[in-house]
This record gives sequence, structure tokens and C-alpha cells, in this order.
Amino acid sequence: MNYPADLKYAGTDEWVRVEGDRATLGVSDFAQDQLSDLVFFEATVRVGERVAAGEQVATLESVKAAADVNSPVSGEILEINQPLAARPELVNTDPYGSGWMVKLKLTDKSELAALMDNTAYQRNTEARGGR
Amino acid sequence: MLEPLIYELSTPGRPGHRFPDPDVPLADLPEGMIRQDLMLPELSELEVVRHFVRLSQLNHAIDTGFYPLGSCSMKYNPKVNEDAARLPGFAHSHPLQDPSTQQGSLAVMYSLQDWLKEVGGFAGISLQPAAGAHGELSGILMIRAYHRDRGQPQRNKILVPDSAHGTNPATTTMSGLRVVELPSDARGNVDLEALRAECDETLAGLMLTNPNTLGLFEERVQEVVRLVHDNGGLVYGDGANMNALLGVVRPGDLGFDVLHFNLHKTFSTPHGGGGPGAGPVGVRDLLVDYLPGPVAAELEPESEALPPLYGLVMPTKSIGRVKAFHGHFGMHVRAYAFIRSHGKPGMRAIAEHAVLNANYLLAGLRQSYRVPFDRRCMHEFVAEGRFEGVPEIHALDVSKRLMDYGFHPPTNYFPLIVREALMIEPTETESKPTLDAFIEAMKAIAEEAHSEPELLKGAPHGTPFGRLDEVQAAKQLVLCCRPAELERAAL
Repeated sequence: MNYPADLKYAGTDEWVRVEGDRATLGVSDFAQDQLSDLVFFEATVRVGERVAAGEQVATLESVKAAADVNSPVSGEILEINQPLAARPELVNTDPYGSGWMVKLKLTDKSELAALMDNTAYQRNTEARGGR
Repeated sequence: MLEPLIYELSTPGRPGHRFPDPDVPLADLPEGMIRQDLMLPELSELEVVRHFVRLSQLNHAIDTGFYPLGSCSMKYNPKVNEDAARLPGFAHSHPLQDPSTQQGSLAVMYSLQDWLKEVGGFAGISLQPAAGAHGELSGILMIRAYHRDRGQPQRNKILVPDSAHGTNPATTTMSGLRVVELPSDARGNVDLEALRAECDETLAGLMLTNPNTLGLFEERVQEVVRLVHDNGGLVYGDGANMNALLGVVRPGDLGFDVLHFNLHKTFSTPHGGGGPGAGPVGVRDLLVDYLPGPVAAELEPESEALPPLYGLVMPTKSIGRVKAFHGHFGMHVRAYAFIRSHGKPGMRAIAEHAVLNANYLLAGLRQSYRVPFDRRCMHEFVAEGRFEGVPEIHALDVSKRLMDYGFHPPTNYFPLIVREALMIEPTETESKPTLDAFIEAMKAIAEEAHSEPELLKGAPHGTPFGRLDEVQAAKQLVLCCRPAELERAAL
């Protein structure tokens, strides 16, 4: 299981990569492993829309379950990973790269303090049976 | 291919039936309405019969084997139900007949309503909803109408425990209300603190399955109900798990304001591909006027000379009609036959045996499978399909391997709060030897998981088809039946 050190993680298994006042968001390796093969991705927000921390930005469906993807940070949606709709399996094969979901302009960087670093998140997933 | 498509069996010009020569002039179909591209299959009656009988023999059904599909109550569907539903007076009646000529059918509906009122502890029943989720939708629309009627439209929040059936949040969203998920506590009950925190002036209600989807009785159900009521909300009961309660506990007595019954689970009408469902809703007195309608009613009481006169009436504040005509009337007849053949003491025996069978399986499997929330279960329980030291084995592999042993798999990956969930529900209709055989098969699979994991990964090996590609099946949907040639041409 992969937990890159340059990311911040939410207890609901989303990751955030921060570059200046911009953030890229996806779901963790642990999350894709738990969901297993993804068959559907749909963004539930549009470019330009504002989301508050905790609000849903996308829906995922695997052969096992459906799951909401919530943004752990507040911001304005800048970009949506359009190719994911046709190729949701990218989340399985490359969760931290081509499997990203949305990019946002952060409105409150202090929210980042509430997220976990990679070692804390790894401990968190191991408590839930991660490997 | 074990059995070709019916289009591939077609022989041009072969009729199934020969019609007598007409004794009236033939009318030609309008030119523009004749299509050449339909490619309807042409077969004899015998070929059609053999094709469908062969297909049916490839299937696993409750009539061919054990079917412990959790939360679905796949019990035996007694054939006497089918006899009753085929009585000409029922089978050949039409809902648009004058009510005076369908008194027998109306009497069955009225009596079924009465029985469901009695087992549910309710003041009123509507038989309209076509299935469980449809009953849910009707129930939540009633709750919404109730609050609006009382000038409280701001009550738009429905609380749904994280162990709930997936249809519960879907129902809420479809009703235009807001879903707030409640966590379960360490014993698998609703977390009371989380519930208290959500009790405010926007609370419309709570959807609760009891026993819940872990197969556990909500130990503080009365406190949960009281909290919701004290804060102005109503309690919706998901009756999918009524099989554990029949004749023992009445949801109405526990304070549930509305509940749907699944006739195709608890009351033995066919489930799945075997027939349409039926999801009657029962309500306490405060919601009787909101029931979807029309409902069967006694218009004139019995007199010395005449039996009662039955008819259909619309409740005064009804949310309206939710189904054409009388609902799935054929299912009402089957459920009524089931109830009458068991009688009052039989209702309780159903629940007792369903719970006993589930606990027997749980006791037999506890050593081989991890069981989270391990306490006395009701009519079903949830085990984990994963094993120490063999991380590549998942619940799905256990399920697929079970098919090689001649059993239908349990429900997989539900509820979501259990990892690699295997949800097992034997129902009351299985014998001890069947349960023992299932326990032995499950134990053998748990051993294979360690000794020969590839046997599980590649399963099933002995079924008409091997492991299907679930990813491709979910991504490349074929949504309608078209002739094979067209299908191939489209690819």
C-alpha cells in the first residue's frame, strides 16, 4: 500500500496535493483497494462551483459498492478530470496520478491543519485493516 | 455456449402455430407500418418449450437448492399459494369490473390488510406499493405530507443509520428530503449520542431496520423511537427483516409510525425473477389519512341476509395513487394463502424457526469465520470472508466457491460497515441436514482458502459458466434484447 509523503489525507480516505493556493484531490490507494475494481466515476460539481469542506464532489462505483468522494477542504472547482468518466479504472491503477478527480482553488488554507500526514494516515488505515 | 440464443435456433418459415383459414376478409396492415428489420425468431412450439426448459435448468432457484441470500428471506414459496392465485375468480378478474362483481377479490384484499394490521400493530394498511423500495417511497412521502400539513415544511432531514439498506438514502433523496447518516456503536446499535446531536427542528424522521442489517435487534429501539418522537420526527420502519419479528414483536407497539412489508420476503410470494414484488405499507393512526390509495374497505357491514359489501376508498389526505389499479393483486392472494395456511400460532413459529436456524448456522461457522458484532443474532448474521495469511482471498471468492458445493452464495459486501461481508440468512424453511451440509461446505472452503487458495480464486468450476467478468459486465451494459446479428453488428 502506497502513502506518498507529499500529500495530506482525510479520515474519509481522500488525499489532497497542495501547490500554492491550489489543491488536487483524489482517493487513496487504501480506498481504491477497499472498493476494488471501479466501474463508474461522476463528478457531482461543476467548474466554477464553490464547495465547503466535507461536501461531495464526486461519486464512485465499484463492483462491490458505491461511495461519495467529499472534498476535505473548501474552495472553488477549477478543473475536473474528464477522462475518468470513460476510464474509472485509472483510480485503481494510478490513484495519486492520472486517477486524480478535481482541482480546487483553496479558500481557507487553515483547514489543511486538520488533515493527516502520510504516517498518521497509514496508522489510521492499518487500524481499519489496511496493509 | 450451453444453450444458443432463441434467434440462433430460428428456422425461416417454421411456425409455432397454424391458424385456421379466416372466414372474414383479411385486412392488410398499413404499408408504412410493416417492418422487415424485426427478425423475429421462427420456431415450433416444442423447440420453444425445450429452449426455455433448458435455460431454466441452468439456473439456481429456491426450488433446486439452498439460497441463504441475506436480507432477502429466500424461503420456500408454497405451491398452494400458486393454486390460490390461479383460481379462475382471481386469475380472470379485471380491475375495471364493477366492484359488485369483484367482491371476492376485494374481500381478500380487505382481509390481508387486516392481517398485516394485526402482525404489524398498525391502524391502517395500503396494499398499493409494488415492492419494498416503493413502500419506502410511499412511507417517506407520507411523513413529508404529514409535516407540511402541520405547517412544518422545514422538517426535511431524514436520519439513516450506516447499516441501512441502500434504498433508504435513495428513497429520502427521491422524496426531496435530506439524508444524514448515523454511525453504529460498538454493539451494532444506533449511536444514541449521534442521534441526539441530530435532533433539531429540521428533523423529519428516522429510517430504521429492526433487526438491523447485521441481523441484530436494536437493543434500545424504544429509546431511539422516543428521542425521534420527542423532537417532532416520525419513525419509518424498513420491514425487510420482519421475518424475525412475526408474531413476536409488533413494530407499531415499538412506536414505528410507518413500515413496509415485503410480501416477497416475509410472506413467501416469489422473489427476484420469479414474480413481481409487493410492498404494502402499514401506519399508526396519525398517518392513516395519508395512505396511498385506494384501499379496500368495508362499505356496509354484514347483515343477517347478506355478507359485508366491500369497495375501494381513497383516504382523505392521501399522497395519491402510487400504482395502477389494485397493486400486485396476484401477490396479495399468494400472501393471504400463506398467512391463512399458517394461522396465528404459525406466524410466531415462522419467526422462531428463522431465528433458530440463523443461530444454528452462526454457532457452526463461528470457529471458521470471523464474526464482528458477535451476539445473539435474529434471522440472519454477517460474517467476514477473509482469512489470516491469505490476503488475496475475498468474500467474493468464498461465494463463488460455494456454488461448486451446490449452494447459492450469501449476500456479499453488504452491509458496508463490515469488511468482506457475507450476509447469511437461512430462513425457517430449511431442514437441519441442509443447514449441516452448508456448514460443512463453508468449513471446507475456509480450509481451502489456506491450503488451495487458487481453487477459490478460479471458482466456480462446476457451474454452467465459470467466473464472470464483473467489471466488464458493469461497464458494457447491454440494456435490451436484440437479435444476435444486430448486437454483433453494433459492436
